[in-house]
Formats: sequence, C-alpha cells, structure tokens
Amino acid sequence: MTGGDDDSDPAAGNSGTKSADNPLGVKADAPLEVVIFKGGYGDEYAKKAGTLYTQKYPAAKIDHQGLQKIGEALQPRFVANTPPDVVDNTGASRLDIATLVASKQVSDLSQLLDAPAFDEPGKTVRDTLLPGVVDDGTFDKVPLTLNFTYTVWGLWYSKPLFASKGWTFPKTWDEMLTLCATIKAAGIAPWTYQGKYPEYINDPLLGMAAKTGGLALVKAVDNLEPNAWKAPGLIGAAEAFAELAGKGYILSGSEALSHTEAQAAWSQGKAAIIPCGSWLESEQKGVTPPNFEMVMAPVPSRTSSEGFKQTAVQAASSESYLVPAKAKNPAGGMEYLRMLFSKQSAKAFAESAGTLPAITGATDGLTLSSGLGSVRDAVTAAGSETFTYRFRTWYAPLAKAVDDATGELVNKRITAVQWSDRIQKAADSIAKDSSVKKYTR
Amino acid sequence: MKHGRWRFLVGALVPALVLHVVFVLSPYAQAFYLSLTDWTGVAGEAHFVGAGNYARLGGDSLFLDAVRNNAVMLVVVPLVTIGIGLFLASMMHLGGRGGRRGIAGSGAYQIVYFFPQLLSLVVIAVLWGFVYNPNTGLLNGALRGLGLDGLTRSWLASPSLALIAVMAVLIWSSVGFYVVLFSAAIDSIPRELFEAALLDGAGRWATFRRVTLPLVRDSVQVAFVYLGIAALDAFAVVQVMTVGPGGPDGATEVIGLSLYRNAFQYGKFGYASAMGVALFFATLTLAVLALRSGRKERLELA
Repeated sequence: MTGGDDDSDPAAGNSGTKSADNPLGVKADAPLEVVIFKGGYGDEYAKKAGTLYTQKYPAAKIDHQGLQKIGEALQPRFVANTPPDVVDNTGASRLDIATLVASKQVSDLSQLLDAPAFDEPGKTVRDTLLPGVVDDGTFDKVPLTLNFTYTVWGLWYSKPLFASKGWTFPKTWDEMLTLCATIKAAGIAPWTYQGKYPEYINDPLLGMAAKTGGLALVKAVDNLEPNAWKAPGLIGAAEAFAELAGKGYILSGSEALSHTEAQAAWSQGKAAIIPCGSWLESEQKGVTPPNFEMVMAPVPSRTSSEGFKQTAVQAASSESYLVPAKAKNPAGGMEYLRMLFSKQSAKAFAESAGTLPAITGATDGLTLSSGLGSVRDAVTAAGSETFTYRFRTWYAPLAKAVDDATGELVNKRITAVQWSDRIQKAADSIAKDSSVKKYTR
Repeated sequence: MKHGRWRFLVGALVPALVLHVVFVLSPYAQAFYLSLTDWTGVAGEAHFVGAGNYARLGGDSLFLDAVRNNAVMLVVVPLVTIGIGLFLASMMHLGGRGGRRGIAGSGAYQIVYFFPQLLSLVVIAVLWGFVYNPNTGLLNGALRGLGLDGLTRSWLASPSLALIAVMAVLIWSSVGFYVVLFSAAIDSIPRELFEAALLDGAGRWATFRRVTLPLVRDSVQVAFVYLGIAALDAFAVVQVMTVGPGGPDGATEVIGLSLYRNAFQYGKFGYASAMGVALFFATLTLAVLALRSGRKERLELA
C-alpha cells in the first residue's frame, strides 16, 4: 500500500463477492494472519481450522502464530493500527477486553453469527452455540468477541471417596454443613481453596447468591445499581462462607496456598471439596492419583426461595476470539472463525483438550473422562439456567476489590455485612468514575 | 593540541550521550507526557486530562497502601541489611582472637553469603514461597520440629506478618552483596590503624565505632541509596510470593505492583504513568537526600 494514512480502510481490496458458498465475502487470495494464545490447550486445534481454510481457499496464505504473551505482542500493533486478522485474546497477559472495546478496536461479529454454520446445514453459527456464549461477548448490544471454550464452575470431589464413606453430595447449604461435620469427624478437612487467589472461593459464593436472588441479582450487580451488593442473597451467601470458615471446615493454611498447592492437597485426599472451574481435570492430570474419578457438582442452594434451581450452574465461555477493527482481512478472519466454530473442529478439540467447547453437541458420541462427563451432565441438567457475572470483564478493579474482600471474609477478619459494605463502596466509586466506560445488560 | 583533545572528548561522549537521550531520557519524557493523558495502551490516540491522574492517586486506597508499605520498606530494609552486612563483614576481619584477624574460614563465609546474589530474584521468591508454605514449608516444619507449634503461622496470608515476611526475603537476598562490598572497604583500611587502636587498648566495639565505621562510611552511603531504590521497587518478590498478589487485602501492595496492574491489566497506561512519575520523584529525592547528607558528614570529618 502506498500513501495510506490512518483514515484509509485497511480492508479495502480484501473483500470478495458474497454468495451462498461464501457468505462472508472472502477474497480467495487475500492473506490471513492468525494469532493464537498457545496455553494449556496448545494451538494444534487452531492450526486445523487453518487447514480447513486453505482447503477452501488454496490461494490464501495463512500466517499462523501461537504465542503465550498475547498482550505484549499485540499492544504495539493495535497502537500502530496494523493488528492481525484474528486474535485469540486469552492468557495471563491478554489485553483488557473492556479497554479494547472502549477504544473501538474490535469488529462487530453479527455478520458471522448470522452466517450459515460451516457443517450444520440449516443452522446459523448463532444457533450452534451453547446458552450464554453470544451474551458473553456482547458489549452494548453488539457481539464483539466469540468464546471458544465453555467453562462451568462448581464444587469438586472424588466419587470413590464419597462412595466409600457413604457421603452424598449435598443440595442445600444445611446439608452441606451437616456433611462437613461428618467429613471433619472422619479426619479429613471438608474444604480447601486456592487461597493465594481468593477469586476461586468467590465463585461458589457468588453462585450461591445468584441461586437465591436469580438473574435480577446478577444483573443489578453487573449494572452497578445502588446497593446491589447489599441484596439479602449476597449477604446470605457471604454469611454461609463465613460460617464455613468459622466452624473450621476449611483446611488450615489454605489461605496461603497457591492454586497448584491447594489442588494437590485435595488430590492427595487432605481435603474433600474444592471450588474450581471445569479446567480442573486437565490441570490436575499429572498429579491426580488413578481411580480418583473427580466429579463436579453445582453449588448448593442456601434458601428455598430460589431465584435459580439448585441445578443451575455458573457457566461462561472463555478463550476469547476477536477480529480487530483495523484488520486487513476481516472477512477472512470471520470465515476462519466460522470454520473454527464448526462441529468437526469443536469435536476434535473436546477430544484432545478435555474441555467443553462452546458449541452444542460437540461431545455427542464421545467417551468422556469422569470430570468432563460430570461437567457435561451438569450443563444438561441446568438447561437454560446458566448464569454468569459480567463485572469481572467489565470492571477489573471491582473484581480485585471483591477478591480482596472475600479473602478477608473467609479468613474471619471481616463480617458478611462489612464484606457487602466495602464492595458496595468500591462499586459505587466505579459507578461515579467518569473515566470508566459503563456497560449494562 | 588542546583543540585535538576537545575533538577527542566530543567524539567519545556524543555517541554515548545520544544513546542516553534516546533510550533513557526520551522514555522518561514520554512517561511524563502520558501521565497527563488517558491513554489506554491499545489505541493510537490519547486525550489530555491535565493533572487528573495525579489527583486520583490521592483517593486510590490501594495506591496509598502501596505508598505506606514502600515507606516501611524504605526504612527497614536498608537499615537491617546494612546492619547485618556490616556486622558480618567486620566479624570476618576483626572477629578472630585478639581482634586482629578474621574468624577462621572467613573466605568461605564470604562465598556462602554471596550465593543468593547468583540467583534471580524471581527464583528466590519462588523458593521462599515454598519455605513459607503453612503446611509443608520449611519454616513451619522447623518450628514444629523444635516443638514450637504455637509459633507456626500462615506467614504470607496474615496481614500483620506478610510484609515482614517479604522484607525478610529482600534482606536475605541482598545481605551477601553488602558483606562483600563492606569487606572490600574494610580491607582497604590500613592495617596499622587497627594495630594502633589495639595498642591503645580499644576493644572490638570501640575499634568498630571509631575506626571501621568512619572509614567505610562512603560505602554505607552508597548502600543506602541502592537499597532504598530496591525497597521502593520490591515488585518481583511481591508479585511472585504474596496472596492476591499484593495481599492479603493490600498488606503487601507496592507502588510497582499497582503500576503494573493499572497499565497491563486495567489498560490505564496514563494513570499508571502518573504512578511511575510519582515513584521517579520519590527515588530521586531519596538519592539526593542520602548523597547530600553524606557530603556534609564528610566535611565534618575532614
């Protein structure tokens, strides 16, 4: 390109004609640059999607890069307006998505969602996604990111351990406390948690609050409504976790353990229950003893006046794909995603990564491991009752305030009421802060 | 001839000066400018917000925690490190019989003390993270082994102990370097001075106070500046070891960590730059004060 200035459309000359076979209007010989986070799942699955792309467009040259430090590699390129065409913005050094969105660096993916699914005739891409996936990537009613994996949060235990002791996993909080007394009497710590990162114990707490207060509570929290954190559901859930700590049901020393240390203690049978997301099984692969058969159960309900049923699960999609607004070949980027989100590629991913993809039916016909099987069953049982909080991605500083407060709560240094007061204060200060872009759902 | 010398000096200095301007001064200048904007770090544009970022610093409770913790470290880390460093260095030179020689094997000690210096700070932080583990860690294990079960703690998860635990690691990791530095300084003191002091009947403590300390003062001064700067940073150890990190509940937050989080996790590069500029002035003030006070002392001695 010659004489191009910042206002010229970088995608000019890189779009073809739309047709039934080419719904996104890909120019067959336009080069495509793909940058993938190469973490626990590797990047082989993304290379396979690239193979599908070159099968359809043999003239297109794909530049595939699997990186770990996405943020560091791409930040200067976003600043210089020369980003790649597809980005998997994931991993510890990912770019803050709220910031990217507020800076108008991300393309609208509506076209892709409304395009026909790659290998499921009669369905659009949108139709093939699990509940909540489109919402997870929607900012101000515009779908901007599309998440490839589906994460479910819950409480984990070893099935043979529970069976051998005659314990059943509780459905209500009262049953949980009774069971914890039994477990403790058996000489095992009932719970442990990844104390170095208090967000892990936040998840069951907030999940329990949602089961009491329902979607209204979740939305009030995310929309930074006044006194949202003082809802009875939240205070009640905080009281429950304060009680758990107060009765000595958490493995002592958990508060200083890293996630690997706490999870290892759980795998070694020093504690019976641990909260975690559905990545736990693959993360623990190397240290889990044989016949451990981990199972994920939904968080118990604390009250009977349920906003959500006990079977509801906190679930959100992650492994966040986006097409930069200043990409040179956005049509190609979206076409690549259409292939990545196809059933065949999702199925291959589920098999190799041991994690649920965000695509319906991707695990059909597969023999699943104990953990992944229990996650799929939980999702099936929950039906449409899946929920997720958005404030973590929208307002990262608020997430930090919640983590800190919960760490203090479960270490008995503050009460449930103090917990809700200080988080409310943090939420109010974000609500007041004119420099933070606000979202609503 | 004189003309030629100038040409040589200019020729030797200008390349270095240019490199310094490009790679040191210009980033500083950019940081100063960015601190007055709302730059997000991902867009090519930024808006001028004046002193807004600086005004926010005063109301950011986590940043104030960081300032408080850095201030505590600024006092404790240099004092304790230099205290231990001087003690060990002088023991190696004067600790032996009659105060004339070092204790036996002082050379070996010097090497052992220097060991931590060979490891990267991140490795040290990881190792000490294991040592502090409340259930399987060396520290609690040793306490239990000695029958002192009552003294075992969750070192990094107790708000009152976490900062002390972090400072202990910083001190442990830097003492060795200063032992070697002070040893070299003591070595350069003429032997006769110690012998004269001995003949005059001075004890070890008097010799240390009247002879050793005044003559290694310059090294101590420099050590203060270096350790002060290290104490104002402390980012790596806190990031790797502590709960949160920076916790529990801000108990080990340091300015560097706040800066990192705001820039790279929250996408607030402008605000983070304001923190960086504040830290720059704190460090500069520290260095000027420490070196100034040194100059005065030297004049008095003369």
